[in-house]
Amino acid sequence: MDVVIWSRIQFAMTAAYHWLFVPLTLGLALVMAVMETLYVVKKDEFWKKTAQFWIKLFAINFAVGIATGIILEFEFGTNWSNYSWFVGDMFGAPLAIEGILAFFMEATFFAVMFFGWNKVSPKFHLASTWLTGIGATISAYWILVANGWMQNPVGTTFNPDTVRSEMASAAAFWEVITNPVAVSKFCHSVTSGWVTGGIFVVGVSAWYLLKRRHVEFARKSMLVGAIVGLVGSGAVMLSGDSSGVHAAEFQPMKLAAAEGLEDGGNGAAFTIVPGIKIPHMLSLLATHDWNGYVPGINDILNGYTDNEGHVIPSVAEKMEMGRKALDALAVYRSTEDPAVRADALEVLNANVQYMGYGHLEKAEDVVPPVGVVFWAFRLMIGLGMLIALVLLLVLIAIWKDKLGAWKWLLWAAIVCIPLVYICGQSGWVVAEVGRQPWTIQGLLPVNVAISSLSAGAVKTTFFIFLAVFALFLAIEIRILVRAIGKGPEVEPENI
Amino acid sequence: MTYEFLQNYWWVLIALLGGLLVALMFVQGANLHLGNRALNDTQKRMVLNSTGRKWELTFTTLVTFGGAFFASFPLFYSTSFGGAYWVWVLLLLSFVFQAVAYEFQHKKGNLLGVKGFRVALMANGLLAPFLVGTAVGTFFTGSDFTVNKVAITDPSAPVISTWGNNWHGLEALGQYHAVLLGVTLMFLAAILGALYILNNVDDETIRAQMRRSIKMSIGPFLVAFLFWTAILFARQGYAVTPDQVVYLEPFKYWHNLLAMPVVLVMLLSGVVLLLYSLYLGAFSKSLKGIWFAMPGTVLVVMSVFFLAGFNGTAYYPSCTDLQSSLTLDNSCSSFFTLKVMACVSLLIPFVVAYIAYAWRAMDRKKITEEEISSGENKY
Repeated sequence: MDVVIWSRIQFAMTAAYHWLFVPLTLGLALVMAVMETLYVVKKDEFWKKTAQFWIKLFAINFAVGIATGIILEFEFGTNWSNYSWFVGDMFGAPLAIEGILAFFMEATFFAVMFFGWNKVSPKFHLASTWLTGIGATISAYWILVANGWMQNPVGTTFNPDTVRSEMASAAAFWEVITNPVAVSKFCHSVTSGWVTGGIFVVGVSAWYLLKRRHVEFARKSMLVGAIVGLVGSGAVMLSGDSSGVHAAEFQPMKLAAAEGLEDGGNGAAFTIVPGIKIPHMLSLLATHDWNGYVPGINDILNGYTDNEGHVIPSVAEKMEMGRKALDALAVYRSTEDPAVRADALEVLNANVQYMGYGHLEKAEDVVPPVGVVFWAFRLMIGLGMLIALVLLLVLIAIWKDKLGAWKWLLWAAIVCIPLVYICGQSGWVVAEVGRQPWTIQGLLPVNVAISSLSAGAVKTTFFIFLAVFALFLAIEIRILVRAIGKGPEVEPENI
Repeated sequence: MTYEFLQNYWWVLIALLGGLLVALMFVQGANLHLGNRALNDTQKRMVLNSTGRKWELTFTTLVTFGGAFFASFPLFYSTSFGGAYWVWVLLLLSFVFQAVAYEFQHKKGNLLGVKGFRVALMANGLLAPFLVGTAVGTFFTGSDFTVNKVAITDPSAPVISTWGNNWHGLEALGQYHAVLLGVTLMFLAAILGALYILNNVDDETIRAQMRRSIKMSIGPFLVAFLFWTAILFARQGYAVTPDQVVYLEPFKYWHNLLAMPVVLVMLLSGVVLLLYSLYLGAFSKSLKGIWFAMPGTVLVVMSVFFLAGFNGTAYYPSCTDLQSSLTLDNSCSSFFTLKVMACVSLLIPFVVAYIAYAWRAMDRKKITEEEISSGENKY
């Protein structure tokens, strides 16, 4: 395998691993902040002890999230050197803003939250707990602005003098930070974190109830967890809907792959699993129009006319225009003759929209691995709905006082803990595998985004990181399980 | 605001972040005492918990330093990170272990044991300042790379910045001038760490050990620093003409110092502050050395960055192809992005203010044996 593949595998592994820790951070932060607020408002020590227990678990999880976050930041440079230059003008800004605005907030107030119980006033402590979570959420926003731009590169233009995409005006910057893809991605990711945190709290509490330990603690934690999780589930569904519309608009190939749609058309059907289809549903979801046109893989390869009447050229035509742009760029950069440069610039500007396609070898390269994206999409939706259902039932059980009777529900809640992670990972597989071969949609394919390294070097670091990640995950799970086994320091009661 | 002003402004900010990063490496230096045999286990935990409340600041400063460099001078990020691959990966690994070592160290079931994580923290204590120092050292010695922006139009070899050898950064270990800066930073971090613990932990044995450690580090630190500085001012440097032609100029950095009296004053006052802190830490009963050492460090590091990048100098030179060298002008972000980032930088004083507020609130009481033996919330 070559350096492109190894670079991709290494980055995918780091990102997937990082996403094991981030959603729980986002979700638990909200749960424990709510609990501590109850303590400060009600002045009830019970809520203090309850919040402290979940903060303890939060801290164990938080450390690995930080450790893996810095690897991602560095890997943009170490493994994606061309990418770093090509997008640095746009991409670096959100990353730096994330550091200045979010990371310092998280780092500073996490320390106060963790060590400060007897050092600062309860209100200052409560503010610190909220600020830790708010910092994490702001951080998610800025990194998803960067990711959203890679899916839908708005607000930048290619500058042949610097050979990169650049932002040129306040309006462009505004476009970047309000990119609809970034906004719905942010809502989708953060609220999926709430679901993760919610179901984690519900599942752990369910285990205590099954063991008849810390019953009061478990019931009340469960209520907070279920509410946070269910609110999250609702928001995930809403933002998921707009993610679908955006995919149809900006990344039709991703949508076609996610649906396994070879040939599209008007009033396209939604495939639940192969063989079971709901007529018109895909058009409705993707275009919010019963008869909207949704292109399939072949339509995109061969060219089509979209819902606004724009004629979209075939991939072969785009590749031809892309090559013209690249050739013109090479001429523009290698001569001093003003007349030749002016001509080259004209050709470049006429074709620059498809410059990324000039790097492709064959038209089929624009098709991502359909099977992977198709099934990941179904896994995400299926598990997401299952988890929402379990959360709803838990709330009903609490309301009807059936927690003791519905043991199967407690078991289901525990099973949902690993499932919510599979669900979140599947979502990212759809988002990231679905946009292959592009690092930046339409502008820069992965094979041109890399660093000039040997496959052996990247392979070596891949296995080093793999070993480190496996070790940390094993330690993290062992410590979490022990901490849960030990339980909170509140008075045990019986049902 | 002109484009040039913003380039310079961002170089000042990078220098400031670099200075803060080195100053905050007291965390790394202090952690070396986790292997100090004169301290018992409780005392080691006092040290651990003292740095444990600050390590995230150092870590976040590193992340922000990287992010700010990426945002303002992306060609450096793509050239150095993608080229000097192994140096950055090593640095990364040492920080990754550090990040989990606090939380995991005293938890049962942590697989590596207390000792394993202490070794990781000590390795980070040596490696982090050494590697950062050596990497900054190459700002003056030059590295083996070429930059060719047309390459992106060539499908067979599309990478713009390519490294000239397969050592990918490790070859800097063979450049004694760069290594000297690494060694300097290693001892500086040890001194800063000892000064910080002296101030932050209330324990006589620990304090005696810190003073002893400072005394032991003064010699090597001063020797390495003086040698590095002497060689710096004697060596030829990478100068840039106004129309961006890079050439070698004898005594370039010495000329820079003379041409920029502000930098001269910064460097000298930084050194004086550092020397005074050394005196306070090693030869007086004062606990306040750290409050002189940190600003002193920031001033010295900033002046080093200024010598590397200002007054028509290529701050990341290529010794393979002079014209590939990175200058503030040819490696920076667009005019507009630098403007946006300049606006964002106005938030920095606000961030510093709340960090200072939280720090004061948390450090009102020094760490004592009692707190570490009986407290619940500790590492």
